[in-house]
Amino acid sequence: MEVVTRKGRTLCFGRPAHILHWGSVGGKKEGEGPLAAQFDLLFQENSLGAPTWEQSESDLQRHCLDLTLKKAGLSPSDLDLVLGGDLQNQCTATAYTMAKLEIPFSGLYGACSTMAQSLSLASCLVSTGCASRAVAMTSSHFCAAERQYRTPLVYGGKRAPTAQWTATAAGCCLVADQPGGPAVASVTFGQVMDFGVTDINNMGAAMAPAAAKTLLTHFQDTGTKPEDFDAIYTGDLGVVGSRLLAQLMEKEGFSMENHRDCGTLLYDVSKQRVHAGASGAGCSASVLCAHVLPQLQAGILNRILFLSTGALMSQTTFLQGQSIPSIAHLVELRASDGKPS
Amino acid sequence: MNPTKEQYQQMVEKASPPSRVVQNCLWAFGVGGGICLLGEVLRQAYLAQGRTLTDASTLTSITLVALSTLFTCLGWYHKLAVHAGAGTLVPITGFANAVVSPAVEFRCEGFVPGVGCKMFLIAGPVIVYGLGASALWGVVYYLLRPLLY
Repeated sequence: MEVVTRKGRTLCFGRPAHILHWGSVGGKKEGEGPLAAQFDLLFQENSLGAPTWEQSESDLQRHCLDLTLKKAGLSPSDLDLVLGGDLQNQCTATAYTMAKLEIPFSGLYGACSTMAQSLSLASCLVSTGCASRAVAMTSSHFCAAERQYRTPLVYGGKRAPTAQWTATAAGCCLVADQPGGPAVASVTFGQVMDFGVTDINNMGAAMAPAAAKTLLTHFQDTGTKPEDFDAIYTGDLGVVGSRLLAQLMEKEGFSMENHRDCGTLLYDVSKQRVHAGASGAGCSASVLCAHVLPQLQAGILNRILFLSTGALMSQTTFLQGQSIPSIAHLVELRASDGKPS
Repeated sequence: MNPTKEQYQQMVEKASPPSRVVQNCLWAFGVGGGICLLGEVLRQAYLAQGRTLTDASTLTSITLVALSTLFTCLGWYHKLAVHAGAGTLVPITGFANAVVSPAVEFRCEGFVPGVGCKMFLIAGPVIVYGLGASALWGVVYYLLRPLLY
């Protein structure tokens, strides 16, 4: 069997990589949400005891990586490569995490799509023998993101009903070329889509076309349809983006009844004052690792699609009036092949 | 995919929940009015102490700014603003919050590049265009004054 078969834009792995272990870490609000019990580690203080929010986010990643390696009984030097990213300018949260580890690292920026992006690339490298153990890791921190993209934390602003809440969370997957744990069967890298949305408080709307495009590409490439999967998880479309995705897919003749959005799963949207739901690179990363992978491991889910969606603007392009380009990367995951993780 | 950018804009508008205008206005009226009422109570108290009208007004502003600064630093002001919106934004307390909140946020970047440079990140435009507008009005007033008196 071919190691990799290319079907259109989709890469199908003949010898799939497996997610052997994973870890999820969250902050205070995540600890008050419906998925709290499923997280590996939760912090009551979003500072994690660090003097700046940027350092708190690095600590969040460090804890996430540490606990994943601990589950695997490995040390950092056993890893061939770490692929990771975050929302901070120049990806500094991940860079400072990696500065302490002395192992190969490639930093990625896909905004909130980074988890699927890093997992896709790690799977490609592992499936083709370029690495035997790679880590895909992503985080975001509400406080670090707010000061970079919006206003100071204690500024008295009112949020729009379409706004989303950046998750203080991290997720980490150990991808290896040995059986055990959910398998990455195929990946579809997305293309940048821009449907002219300029409202920075409506990211779900900006990202929905990217998610739809990647899904349609995957269905066309593989001859599948939504019903072939137990669930289709999107990253952080939130309430508005999910609604738009359903409409866009319906226009193409697909019903999205098994669609779930990590942005509406992480928090109780009606009670936690997060408006249209969660967002941030750590949203899909932590929901994947806390909620989705355990279900695949337990056999509750057998075959799913996981897409992370990212809005690729910056504060500068937004202020210059440019619309928000978006992207979505897709990973097809299959249940564990029996050997316990 | 089928929709054009224009068609997608219409879909977005339909899918996005509108702001709760009535509820927001009631909150803004209640809280904003409450802050103004507090200002009036303070002013009357200063007048009752025997201050002149000008001094009482100035002391009222100073007291409201000091209270807003305190509540911003304690992390209370923005929690009220989540509900009050324009009610906490428009009074002088909102201006104080806009100056103090970046100072608090960016203090970890040092007193000059952090606090000093970024303190007027939000309130700066109000000062720039406020001064600009007053200068412009000064010129208009200078030209109109011979006609008025």
